[in-house]
Amino acid sequence: MSYSAPNALIGGTTIGVVAVAALIGAVWTPYDPLAIDFMARLAPPGGAHWLGTDEFGRDVLSRLMAGASTSAWISLLTVILAVGAGTALGVFTGFVRGWVDRVLMTFNDALLAFPGILLALGLLAVFGANKYGIIFALGIAYTPSVARVVRGTVLSLREREFVEASRVMGNSEIYTMWRHILPNCIAPLTVLATSLFGWVLLAESALSFLGLGVPPPAPTWGNMLAASRAFIAQAAWLGIFPGLCISLTLLGINLLGDAVRDRLDPRMRGV
Amino acid sequence: MMANDTLLAVEGLTLEVARAGMQVVKGISFTVAPGELLGIVGESGSGKTMAARAAMRLEPPAVRRVGGSIRFEAHEITSMPPAELRRLRGARIGMVFQEPMTSLNPSMTVGRQLEEGLVLHRRDLSADARRRLVLDMLDRVGIAEPVAALSAYPHQFSGGMRQRIMLASVMLLRPALLIADEPTTALDAVIQREVLELMVDLTRDNGTAVLMISHDLSMVARYTDRVIVMQEGAIVEEGPTRDLLQHPRHPYTRKLLAAMPRRGPARDVNRASVPIVEVRDLVVQYSGRQGFLRRSAPKRALHGIRLHIDPGEVVALVGGSGSGKTTLGRAIAGMIQPSGGDILFSGRPIDGPRRGHWADYRLNCQMVFQDPYSSLDPRMKTGALVREALRLVPGMSGPERRARVAEVLDEVGLGGDFAERYPHELSGGQRQRVAIARAIVRRPAFVIADEPVSALDTTVRAQVLDLFAKLQQRHGFACLFISHDLGVVEQVADRVVVMQHGSIVEEGDRDAVFDAPRHAYTRQLLSAVPALEATPDGGVRLKWRFADEPLTIRETDRAEAERSARPRSELEAGLG
Repeated sequence: MSYSAPNALIGGTTIGVVAVAALIGAVWTPYDPLAIDFMARLAPPGGAHWLGTDEFGRDVLSRLMAGASTSAWISLLTVILAVGAGTALGVFTGFVRGWVDRVLMTFNDALLAFPGILLALGLLAVFGANKYGIIFALGIAYTPSVARVVRGTVLSLREREFVEASRVMGNSEIYTMWRHILPNCIAPLTVLATSLFGWVLLAESALSFLGLGVPPPAPTWGNMLAASRAFIAQAAWLGIFPGLCISLTLLGINLLGDAVRDRLDPRMRGV
Repeated sequence: MMANDTLLAVEGLTLEVARAGMQVVKGISFTVAPGELLGIVGESGSGKTMAARAAMRLEPPAVRRVGGSIRFEAHEITSMPPAELRRLRGARIGMVFQEPMTSLNPSMTVGRQLEEGLVLHRRDLSADARRRLVLDMLDRVGIAEPVAALSAYPHQFSGGMRQRIMLASVMLLRPALLIADEPTTALDAVIQREVLELMVDLTRDNGTAVLMISHDLSMVARYTDRVIVMQEGAIVEEGPTRDLLQHPRHPYTRKLLAAMPRRGPARDVNRASVPIVEVRDLVVQYSGRQGFLRRSAPKRALHGIRLHIDPGEVVALVGGSGSGKTTLGRAIAGMIQPSGGDILFSGRPIDGPRRGHWADYRLNCQMVFQDPYSSLDPRMKTGALVREALRLVPGMSGPERRARVAEVLDEVGLGGDFAERYPHELSGGQRQRVAIARAIVRRPAFVIADEPVSALDTTVRAQVLDLFAKLQQRHGFACLFISHDLGVVEQVADRVVVMQHGSIVEEGDRDAVFDAPRHAYTRQLLSAVPALEATPDGGVRLKWRFADEPLTIRETDRAEAERSARPRSELEAGLG
């Protein structure tokens, strides 16, 4: 058993609970997350509504469960997009080098100069503020940082003697890239992908907060948090519960990410 | 109880790795007399470094001292408060580390770094006095322009120069004891001799005792009065150096001595009419570094090399760092595009990738790399690593491939379940065996081995060399053996080619080159390795060749060597 076991356990449990909640939320919630009940406006946690209700009397727990699947789905697709595009770009430029590398990386650096959220805002204006618009905007906004990290790893890997050994065997560049360079990028990529997942979750919340996220009334953790600010004095639970969901998920993902990286690296496996 | 003639007395020192509870040093005792040169010899894992570091209480945090006492000049080190200990470190006990590239702070000028110790331990000195001391010392260790060196940074010096500066900074404080942990392992043979001789001179002048730690028995033997041999955390033998070498008592010492490379009888090589590989007027030129709008002058790494290797012949390519030997090897392997000249394989020119009979050459020319820790993909198992080399061999079925891999792994002594292991689960020697298996699994006609054993321990090195010789004999491949270690070369080579500054300065049959070298540079190289003569007791008598040969490497040569020893990435950047 490796030393990352408690991390894996805590992270796995947290993510497991969120995932189960999201799955259940997709088919069943205690109340209809969109049902308005003016008789139960801003009800505090407890009683019939475990986590209270919002300003329209909608059940917070139901909305959190329904929002979980939306938020998770958006984050997951975004991370896949950013990691996929960034890795392809990073491996390609890192391996080819020369002027192609210089041109692409200058462009990349220019993109990196913008804060991710600002870039996403601009892109959202193009794609439109809906679920897939958000995924594309955030995916593109986070691609440059992935490309940077991957390129750096590739540059250091291609100086290692095993890459040279592959060339001496007569293997093609493509093969070497695929068989030797890419697998050795996995460890830094896992760490990056998990932290990216967290950033995207936050960015999605921030966009919703700015009113550019998934349009209401559909719930996401971000737009719930955003909606809560008007009632922060009367109904603190409206902000606390979505906020807790976001923080705990981030924590869980980071712990799980470390454990997964250790697991994927043959050197870290128990002897 | 402490005798007057003892500087450092270690008694019953036991260290263990705190987490695992494993003892790395097992109750060892030894003493160092003032002004004495004591060597501690052992292979990696023998605990020699730990023992020496414990003498300054510098053992790593994971290691715990569980017993024993260390007395230095009548002070008990083990119970000394940290403040007092800091006054001792540097001032009374100095330390020189293995890696000159990392033991100097890259962001501090040499002058400030040398002054640091004086500021700390010699409060009585004025700034002027400090500067004078530093300049004198730089001059003493052979830095050509001490005043200029003061404001230079470590990266502007070569490895040998850096080790001299390191030595200067330690000796400035005139410590009573100098601990030198593998002080020259990272340097090539000639520079190694220079630095060691300087160290011996300096310490003798100051009456400093030296505790020299090394895996290299012959190097320690040359400079020390007394030797301690350690194995697995225990001292197995101790005695005056000459006695110990000539009449070793412990089997491990005998094993170490037997593992020292020695010359065997010359082999008969069939001189074929057509050499397997021939190099004609090979020039490798690196285009200058490209700046904004300008490009610095190109740098020539190889100046028209002519070389031929007959089938089944082992040709050793020797030279110091920066001599161009590795560049030549890489050019022949097709990793560097030459700027001029021809490389012929079986009499036909190879014209670079995808032309001529390049494919044939690629199948028949394989390479063993220097560093077994970086030459194997950490994510592939041993079996897969070796099997990969067969991927491009035409007309081999899957079962045939598997059988061949198993056969070759067996040949290199890694049969059984080794195929299922990852590189990190193997020792350095085992990794190098995998690298050899990968190189020979295609049954190549020609193998380039670039410093294949320089990263290995003495006994492991002997085993790997034996294995290599056996495989070479059995499969009859020709070999270009690149090395800076003439001891190893003497054992394996049929013919020797000596390189300096990108040119061949001497070439000839092994015995001719070793016994009657013509070029001064060859003699210098030879002066760094001993000739061995076996004694009846299973020991050896060392004979130093050309020991009075002056070391004449001039400052300009060093600068040259340093420039050409630049990292590959930088050099290759201009090649495209």
